[in-house]
Amino acid sequence: MSDVVEKTLTALPALFDSQTGAAKITNRLRQLIKSITELTSKHEEENLIKQELSAMKEQVSSPNTTMKQMREIMVRAMYCEMLGYDASFTYIHAIKLAQQGGVLEKRVGYLAVSLFLNEGHELLLLLVNTVLKDLQSTNLIEACMALTVVAQVFPKDMIPAVLPLVEDKLSHPKEIIRRKAVLALYKFYLIAPNQVQHIHAKFRKALCDKDPGVMTSSLHIYLQLIRESPDSYKDLTGSFVTILKQVVGGKLPLDFNYHSVPAPWLQIQLLRILSLLGKEDQSTSELMYEVLDESLRRAEMNHNITYAILYECVKAVYTIHPKAELLEKAARCIGNFVLSPKINLKYLGLKALTYVVQHDAKLALQHQMTIIECLDHSDFTIKRETLELLFRITNAQNVTVIIEKMLDFLRSCNDEHTIIHLVGKVAELAEKFAPDNSWFIQTMNDVFSIGGDLLQQDVPNNFLRLLAEGSESKEEDDQLRLYAVDSYLTVLKGHTSHLPQCFLQVMSWVLGEYAHLQESVDQREVIQFLTQLLDQRSVSSETRVWILSALTKISEGQTDLILDLAESLSSSQDTVLRQQAQELRHLSQDSQLHEWALPRGAPWDSIEVAGLIVFPYYDNSSTLILEGVKRVWGKDGYLPQKEATAPLVDEPSAAVQPPGQHEAAERIESRPEPSTQNQDKQQLASSLFVGLGVGSSMSLLGKSEAPPPCFRKKPRPHESPSSSSSSSGTSERSSDSSSRNTTDSFLYGSLLEEEPATAISAFDHTPKSTTANGLAQNKDTKEDRRANTSQILGGDMVIVRPSTIQDKHPPSVSSDLTALLPADLKDLPHSDVISLTSDPSLSLSSCRLFRDEALLLVIFISNCTETVIKDVSVQLTCEELKTVSLRGNVVDCLEARSTSVCHYALLMDDPHTNVSFTGTVSYQTQPGHTNTLPFSGTLSTADFIRPLVVTTEEYGKLWLSLSHDVKQNLKLLTDAGDPLRTTLNALKDALQLHVVDIIGSEGIVACRLLSGAPCLLHCRVNGTALAMWLRSPHPALPDCILYHCQRALTHH
Amino acid sequence: MQFMLLFSRQGKLRLQKWYVPLSDKEKKKITRELVQTVLARKPKMCSFLEWRDLKIVYKRYASLYFCCAIEDQDNELITLEIIHRYVELLDKYFGSVCELDIIFNFEKAYFILDEFLLGGEAQETSKKNVLKAIEQADLLQEVRPGPALAKQNVPLFVTV
Repeated sequence: MSDVVEKTLTALPALFDSQTGAAKITNRLRQLIKSITELTSKHEEENLIKQELSAMKEQVSSPNTTMKQMREIMVRAMYCEMLGYDASFTYIHAIKLAQQGGVLEKRVGYLAVSLFLNEGHELLLLLVNTVLKDLQSTNLIEACMALTVVAQVFPKDMIPAVLPLVEDKLSHPKEIIRRKAVLALYKFYLIAPNQVQHIHAKFRKALCDKDPGVMTSSLHIYLQLIRESPDSYKDLTGSFVTILKQVVGGKLPLDFNYHSVPAPWLQIQLLRILSLLGKEDQSTSELMYEVLDESLRRAEMNHNITYAILYECVKAVYTIHPKAELLEKAARCIGNFVLSPKINLKYLGLKALTYVVQHDAKLALQHQMTIIECLDHSDFTIKRETLELLFRITNAQNVTVIIEKMLDFLRSCNDEHTIIHLVGKVAELAEKFAPDNSWFIQTMNDVFSIGGDLLQQDVPNNFLRLLAEGSESKEEDDQLRLYAVDSYLTVLKGHTSHLPQCFLQVMSWVLGEYAHLQESVDQREVIQFLTQLLDQRSVSSETRVWILSALTKISEGQTDLILDLAESLSSSQDTVLRQQAQELRHLSQDSQLHEWALPRGAPWDSIEVAGLIVFPYYDNSSTLILEGVKRVWGKDGYLPQKEATAPLVDEPSAAVQPPGQHEAAERIESRPEPSTQNQDKQQLASSLFVGLGVGSSMSLLGKSEAPPPCFRKKPRPHESPSSSSSSSGTSERSSDSSSRNTTDSFLYGSLLEEEPATAISAFDHTPKSTTANGLAQNKDTKEDRRANTSQILGGDMVIVRPSTIQDKHPPSVSSDLTALLPADLKDLPHSDVISLTSDPSLSLSSCRLFRDEALLLVIFISNCTETVIKDVSVQLTCEELKTVSLRGNVVDCLEARSTSVCHYALLMDDPHTNVSFTGTVSYQTQPGHTNTLPFSGTLSTADFIRPLVVTTEEYGKLWLSLSHDVKQNLKLLTDAGDPLRTTLNALKDALQLHVVDIIGSEGIVACRLLSGAPCLLHCRVNGTALAMWLRSPHPALPDCILYHCQRALTHH
Repeated sequence: MQFMLLFSRQGKLRLQKWYVPLSDKEKKKITRELVQTVLARKPKMCSFLEWRDLKIVYKRYASLYFCCAIEDQDNELITLEIIHRYVELLDKYFGSVCELDIIFNFEKAYFILDEFLLGGEAQETSKKNVLKAIEQADLLQEVRPGPALAKQNVPLFVTV
């Protein structure tokens, strides 16, 4: 069939020629297309288009070009852009065409605009007026065009300008207009949800529209809304169920049928909405059982579209609160997919299984033979999905077989994204389920050599941590390390030039740390291996640093070798290498210094800090290198507080597959004989699906809650309860800090008597010691704490804090109002008093008090009259903030010329850069006559940030456990003294941060949001900038803090 | 849906519609990579493939490939039917549509697409309604695009 097309295309020029006579081809687009098909080389095409474009350029700027010609030019411009050439000079004319042309020109103009311009393009602003005009046009087609363009590209900032007009269209008599208006609002919701918040009622109107098309369109909005907050829309469940029932029952006009299936798009949308609503909600789920059953039953026809609905239905059944009968039916459905000869359906079957095995692993068992067939499928997509499925059912018994399959696949795969994705999974499974040391090390070797430098940095980091931290038993740890050393020495004996840098780095680190464990190997040999690597051209300078660090560690006593090496490097171009070589020489000549700087077999905990800073930053190795840090941090008394280890999880030796069976499986896979193929598959099946039986189905799944048999992996610090119960000689400082943390909560209790206890939570990651300890020290630490706070705030008890948003407030009023503060609040640091609002009777001012556990917003209500004002009551609203307590918001009687104080304790759950609050005061000057006075103001995140007092070690642990990070270069304040210190102090003053430590050109800083989430900042001087790296468990917090840091530094 | 691409067996782009804002450079890169990947696939293979963090759904009609990018949670099969419905619409409009119709009247193909999908979501799935809307706008046009050429080309769509 396609040969025919090719022939036609080659015959095209002739075809045109035969038609020119008939004057069929008048327009230039056809000529252009025709000429292009005649060309043979890309070069010729480029020349032709260049000519064409310059001709067009001339034409568009000529005043004689008519609108009709312009339209034709625009089509050609679209064509040129499609071929990949730049015709941006026509963009402005596209807008003009939409503006000035008749309907036909407009249509092309709008199309060109939507194809040429992205949402953010500045030229779009010029389109706004045209859109406004057309939206008001009585011509249906013009209005349609305007709505179509609005729903595709529209500048976010200009939404308010068109919003009222679009809203009006929701009551337009024509359904096509209503439909497009709904989709335009959907688009607005996606790009600027705040702008359309107030028209949620209109969405409901669209949902109830009598035209099914308009109603269907409104579901796009609802799907989005419900995905974000399912709880707010539970009341609509009944309506959605009714609609679905009607659709399934064939109540819609036949127009909506697609291949005799009623409105499949609508059905799928509704099924998705229902599954979101029914998730983890039994009573809501019960409402939909019947209609889901009906949908499963009705969708019987053997057509893609019914399978599309069935697939969505199955997902819904497995997402909502389970019902046995439905689950059974859904499982049968999955069978139909998986067993289908059609490859697309098979794929979806696998995908459904992958989703479903999290709930019911037995289903994988049922289809094991199909799964095995898919594993050897020729289609990459099918194979990959099968591996995804296997990943979900991996347990300690089948891990070796599954990982082997994954690695096989990876070796033949050349897609970067797939490799990164899958290699990460292999590493995860290996760490979780490894049956023994040698297998683990071997698998990780494969991971490093296959994944290579594409690997996510946390894979090598986690691996090294695991080796270094070890478990309870030193013997076992050393065994693992020994395996690693042996394995790496074997690798290094072979050909090394193809090894990825990341693997070389891991090897050098391990050899540096643990090569001495292997007594049967001469350390000189190790040094030689490493030195050889240094000579290799393919080794990057970053890796060289790692290798040299390793050499430094094992150089002891091998002075001759080392001196040679140091000599050869001392003329290196790379200053870091030169420096290291220098250090190496000194250390190798002075064994005492060497012993002091690099004590062999030092506990890992003492170099944990090194781990923190070096691994993430080792690519900027110019500042900190491993042994350098160790020197400073290891010996400088950096509280080598040994972390108490949780009870060791059982060695999974019992769960390890009998070796015979495993070998058999291996042999079979490598050499499948055609005659015994079926038998092979059976055997493979038995090794793949072991452990998924009825009894053990749930607990063995990787995804289940039950702890999997864990391979010598220590729980992360924050997971282990009371991890600070210290071992040998805990330093005073750390016990101090942990007790301080506990006493915090006691302090909260006493300071804020009206506050519910739940509002207080010292953030989760801080280790807590026993409460008895805290109680005893309560009084002492109270003072301690005060001092601490004041130190953080700059040495004075009461400080008027420079606020980042102060400049937006009205000028401040006399601050003697603060004298009116209740005694328990007087000593708190506070902001300036600013005037909120006033009328002839009342005047309102406010100030912010920075308490350790909440922000107090104090409102001063002053009676400006000579008479008594009664029933004064303050109402404060702010959606983004949580009020944990309030006091004094209702005053029965406010004497003449007096002031009453009311205060709100506020918390911010989700960080916003700035939030505004509004409120009203109602009062009576005469009985029965109520006046109200509205007020509003702004608060910033900075008000809700408090210092987080942690030790460097705690910081290090916390850092590694946090996921969301943001990096940015900030301005470095260089005007006085040490730039890093100056800058950090400026930030500390503006934002209440805790500077944990400053080491050379790096500084670590910590703070927390009042309601709990910590945020860690890692700052490094980078030339004239401050490279700031923020991490937090809360995704939005780093951005917010960064914003305020930027502001603080610019205003400094 | 994130974007839709139409390209020929020779890898020539025939139509592109982007529903997410991307720079021209990225668009070109994606198009190039995707055309290569899809053309390399064998006819019996499945119509879906995972590509970067997206899911690609594609289908070949005669000499033209229709290719959509969706997100992981989207339904692959219904996307396949979206492609099919679009081809049905083109077929009805042009009268047994072939690749040349789309080459020479690509702006019409865009108009039809915009009436069918808006902002990446199905807007109107009724064939009748979509064509009605297009025809109304076309009425203002002097000439309706007659069959581009004598129909010597292979129809995309072998309707039964």
